[in-house]
Amino acid sequence: MITDLLTMVWKEWKEMLLQHGGIRSGILPTVIIPLILLGVMLPWQMGREWVESPLALAVWAWMPLMLMAGLIADSFAGERERHTLETLLASRLPDRAILFGKVCAVVSYGWGLTILGVSMGLLTVNLVHGRGEFLLYSRKLTLGILALSWLGAWLAAGAGVLVSLRAATVRQAQQVLMLAIMLLLFVPVYGVKLLPAEWRAQIAGTLAAGGAARLVLVIIVTLTVVDTSLIIAAMARFRRARLILKD
Amino acid sequence: MSNIAIRTEKLTRDFGQIRAVDDLSLEIPAGIVFGFLGPNGSGKTTTIRLLLGLLDPARGRAEVFGLDTRTRADEIRERCGALLEHAGLYERLSAEDNLEFYGRIWRLSAADRKARTKELLTHLGLWERRGEKVAGWSRGMKQKLAVARSLLHRPSLIFLDEPTAGLDPMAAAALRDDLLSLAVREGVTIFLTTHNLTEAEKLCALVGVIRAGRLLAVGRPDQLQAKAGGHQAVILGRGFSERALASLRERTEVAAATLQDGRLVIDLNREVEIAPLIGLLVNSGAQVEEARKGKASLEEVFMSLMEEEK
Repeated sequence: MITDLLTMVWKEWKEMLLQHGGIRSGILPTVIIPLILLGVMLPWQMGREWVESPLALAVWAWMPLMLMAGLIADSFAGERERHTLETLLASRLPDRAILFGKVCAVVSYGWGLTILGVSMGLLTVNLVHGRGEFLLYSRKLTLGILALSWLGAWLAAGAGVLVSLRAATVRQAQQVLMLAIMLLLFVPVYGVKLLPAEWRAQIAGTLAAGGAARLVLVIIVTLTVVDTSLIIAAMARFRRARLILKD
Repeated sequence: MSNIAIRTEKLTRDFGQIRAVDDLSLEIPAGIVFGFLGPNGSGKTTTIRLLLGLLDPARGRAEVFGLDTRTRADEIRERCGALLEHAGLYERLSAEDNLEFYGRIWRLSAADRKARTKELLTHLGLWERRGEKVAGWSRGMKQKLAVARSLLHRPSLIFLDEPTAGLDPMAAAALRDDLLSLAVREGVTIFLTTHNLTEAEKLCALVGVIRAGRLLAVGRPDQLQAKAGGHQAVILGRGFSERALASLRERTEVAAATLQDGRLVIDLNREVEIAPLIGLLVNSGAQVEEARKGKASLEEVFMSLMEEEK
């Protein structure tokens, strides 16, 4: 199973890097540009805030979703569109290897790049704004970043694979995913604004009184449940016959 | 071990109101080239999908190497190679990477993958271009690569859906030779769908004709030719009058005599000398330039089966 999974990951990475022509031209938009943006430009602009603000949690939790949305949408819808899916399904690869091979390839990209971005960001902040002092995320923030970005990556992968399994085209899959991401982003922001003033004050008070850690914990638990449900749903949805008939 | 590669019993599959495969019962011995002939939409591809366990039958059952397609599809796919309706190549990858990927899928060792890739690509004239991305290739080159991919892991059974489509005549002939040698020397069973009836006649030891999901006929090409009336005489010339045709039709050895595209085609009830028939034509004033005696081609058999079903 692991060998089969790694075979799929190998193919997915090759295709991912070659999607813009060659490996060199593929690395630029898929690896270099996101890293410069996240690991150099933003930390440079934000300075010490980059490592001290709890906003870092939100940034790094969202990052895998933004990085992975396009790629994961392509996973099955792309194979279907390019007429490679049926040949793949007619091979000896087990269902789980195909499904998790695709998921792992994209998660390794999204989460890997996020962690690389976190590390580069720290380097940039220390080089530009350190002034002899070693700037680092607090232990809680570090754990939060690691956990939320990991769970964010699986959220993107689970939701993306489900959408991609159902979508007729890559474009359709990408549109549905982007819409879902936008809703996830805007509903909480504008939803909070719609709450009565006293509720908002109560929430702010709870957060200020040390409830932030608890909130993060609640988010982590919720994301774990949602991610697991999405992956189970994708496993149930992955049926060779169903995929062939959609082709 | 049974020497039957494929066995189906009343295999049926519906898509909504449409019956794609209808009560298909078939036995294909191992080690032969089986030709599955039928017009577009007749159920050939659905049959392949059922045999590979990619679809479940609505009724009936199918076995490949004695393995039930419903319950042991994974084991069946383990032993099969397939070139389906589409070449199914990853166009962003090079030819070598495409074969590398499928070589890994079939767990060939690194050395075997390398050697087999070189052997197949060299044989198909693609070795020099192995590093190029497939996207830039012609349809024929892609088809050759897809054939190489289906043979890569030395499967016991290969499903080939129109394998010579898009190949130039030389490449098509070379592929036909390869398929025959595979079947004969290595005991590989080949399940071939094709619209090219001449190809089927040359390659196939057994032929099945399907239309609207129903198997109309199955047998060796010569058996089908014999069933379809078989013996025929084709006369080229001028002045084939209605009176001459009527005289021909009165003879007991003649089943039918028709003018087709200026040729006189005489269907015979049995193998007979055709000199008396030519004499009759000449005496009735016809000018005979050429006369050929032979069996109906597989194409004619196919056409007559299609006509019967209309």
